[in-house]
Amino acid sequence: MKKVSQWHLAKRSFRKHWQLYLLMIPPILYFIIFKYVPMFGAVIAFKDYNVVEGILGSPWAGLKHFENFFSNPVAWDLIKNTLFLSLYQLAVTFPLPIILALALNEIKNGIFKRSVQMFTYAPYFISTVVIVSMIILLLSPRSGIINEFLELFGFDSIDFLGQADMFRSIFVWSDAWQMTGYSAIIYLAALAGVDKQQYEAAKIDGASRIQRIMNVDIPGIMPAIVIILILSVGNLMAIGFEKVYLLQNPLNLSTSEILQTYVYKMGIINANFSFSTAVGLFNSIINLILLVLVNAIARRVSGNGLW
Amino acid sequence: MKKNTTSIRESFTDRIFLWAVYAFLCIVMLIVLYPLIYIVSSSLSSPEAVTSGQVWLWPVDFSLEGYIEVLQNSDVLRGFRNSILYTIGYTVIAVVLTVIFAYPLSRESFYGRTILMFFILFTMLFYGGLIPEYLVVQKLGMLDTPWAILIPKAMAVWQIIIARTFFQSSVPEELVEASEMDGCSSLKFLWYIVLPLSKPIIAVLALMYAVYQWNSYFDAMIFLKSEELFPLQLELRELLIVQSDSGANMDVAEQQRRTQLANLMRYSLIVISSLPVLVIYPFAQKYFVKGMLIGSVKG
Repeated sequence: MKKVSQWHLAKRSFRKHWQLYLLMIPPILYFIIFKYVPMFGAVIAFKDYNVVEGILGSPWAGLKHFENFFSNPVAWDLIKNTLFLSLYQLAVTFPLPIILALALNEIKNGIFKRSVQMFTYAPYFISTVVIVSMIILLLSPRSGIINEFLELFGFDSIDFLGQADMFRSIFVWSDAWQMTGYSAIIYLAALAGVDKQQYEAAKIDGASRIQRIMNVDIPGIMPAIVIILILSVGNLMAIGFEKVYLLQNPLNLSTSEILQTYVYKMGIINANFSFSTAVGLFNSIINLILLVLVNAIARRVSGNGLW
Repeated sequence: MKKNTTSIRESFTDRIFLWAVYAFLCIVMLIVLYPLIYIVSSSLSSPEAVTSGQVWLWPVDFSLEGYIEVLQNSDVLRGFRNSILYTIGYTVIAVVLTVIFAYPLSRESFYGRTILMFFILFTMLFYGGLIPEYLVVQKLGMLDTPWAILIPKAMAVWQIIIARTFFQSSVPEELVEASEMDGCSSLKFLWYIVLPLSKPIIAVLALMYAVYQWNSYFDAMIFLKSEELFPLQLELRELLIVQSDSGANMDVAEQQRRTQLANLMRYSLIVISSLPVLVIYPFAQKYFVKGMLIGSVKG
C-alpha cells in the first residue's frame, strides 16, 4: 500500500517537474564523476595499479601498501606531525573567534565596531600563496621586519622558517591572523539571536558584564560552538595542506611533512599511485571515524549534533 | 533602545571591563592591519630602502619601480589574463550548476530530494583521495587543458546548501502552486520568476566561487604543465616562493641591483595580485556575511 503511494508520488512529481529532472542531470553527473568515481577509485589502494590495465584490471595486492607504509618508521612521524599540527591549530583557532565575537558583542554598534569587523575579516580574502609569501617576507632573516625589530633590541636575527620547531607556531598563528575575523561571524550571528529579555533579567539581578557573558551569552551560543567543534574535530586530519606545502623547505621538513603533503609527493610527483592512495585512504578513514565519534559524544553530552 | 527604563548604573568593574574590551579590540585590529600596511608601504618604496630595512610603517623614498617591474613581466601579465578568464568561466559554470541543482532540492513537491541531499552530503563525509581524483581528470583527457581548472571543482556542497535554503525561504510554495494552475512549466517558472527573485543569492554564489578561483593554485599545480595556461597564483608561487635570488654570472653591482629589485617586486606583486579582490571587498563583505548566515541557518 505504502509502496504504491510512493510510486504515485514519484510519478506525479516527475510529470510535473520533468524539466527540472532533466536540468539536474549535469550536476548529478558532476557528483558521480568527480566525487563518487574517485571514492571507488580508491580501491587501487588494494591493488598494484598500472596505467595499461587501469583501475579495474590491475592485479589485487591485498594490504601490501598499508603494510609497507606502517612498517616504515616515517609513517609514525607523519601521523604525529599531522596530529600535532591540527591539535595545535584547533587549540588556537577554535577559541579565538569566540573571544572576538564576545568582545565585539559587548560594544555598541558604531563606526568602531564596524571597522574592527571589516579589518579583521579582510585577510580571509588573501590567497594562500600571498599569505605564505607575506610570511616569508616578514620573517626573512635578512630584511624581514620581525628580525629588524629583534636586532633593534639587541637580539640576533632568527631564520624562523629554517627552524623545524618554529614551523607549527608559524603555521597556526598565521592561520589565526587570517581566519579569526571570518570565523567570528557565525558566533556574532548566534549572539544576535540570544534572548534580549535574559539580558534585562540578568541586569536587574545585578549581574556584572562578565557574569552576563558567562551565564547568558555562552550558554546562548553553545549549539553553534558544539557544531563548529564537531566540524573542526572531524577535519582534524585534513588540515589545509596547500599552505603546509608552500611553507615547507628542506630545513623544516622534520615537522612540516604531514600525511597529505606526503601523499602528494609520493603520488603525483613520484607516480606511486597505489601506495599514496593507501596513505590517503588511511587519512580519510581516520577522519570519518573521528567525525562519527565526536558527533556521538556531542549528542550524548549536549543533546545536539550534526545528525 | 530602552535605555531609560533599565539604566542601572554601570558598576566600576563593568566600566573597567568595557575599557579592557576596547583595548583588546584595538590591539586585535593593529595586529591584523600592521602586516598589510607594511606590505603596501614597502611596495611603494625604493629597492634600496626595502632591502636595507628602512621601511617600517610608511613608504621610504617613494617610488613605483616595483610596480613598473611587475607590469613589464610577461609571465605575470599572462597569469593575470589567464586568471581573469578562468575566474569568469568557472564562476559562470559553477553558478549555473549550483542553481539548477539547488532549486529542485528546495521544492517540497520534488520527489527524491531527501535522497539527493544525502547523495551530496555524503561527499562531505568521505573523500576519495587526491590520487583517484587525479586519475579521473587524467582519464577524461583534461590534464593540461583549461578544463582541468574549470570543471573538477565546479560545485561545492556548502554553496548548494546556501542556495537551497535561500530558495526555500524566498520562493514560497504557494507561488509555485499558483503558477502551476496557470499552466506555467517548471522551467519557465525558474527562468521568469525564481531567477529575478534570486539576484542576491546569485551574487553571493558568484562572489564565493570567484574569490575561490582567483585565489587557488593547487589544482593548477597538479593538473597543468604548460606555462601558457598557468593562472596568476601559480606564477606568484614561482616568483615569490620557489625562486631564490639568482643571477650568478653578473657583475656585483648589477647583481645587487637585481636582487634588490627582485625583493621589492615581491611586495608589489602581492599588492597587485590582491587588488581585484580588495576592490570588490567592501561590496563583497556584505554578501559573504549574508551567505554564511543563510548557510548556517540550516547548516
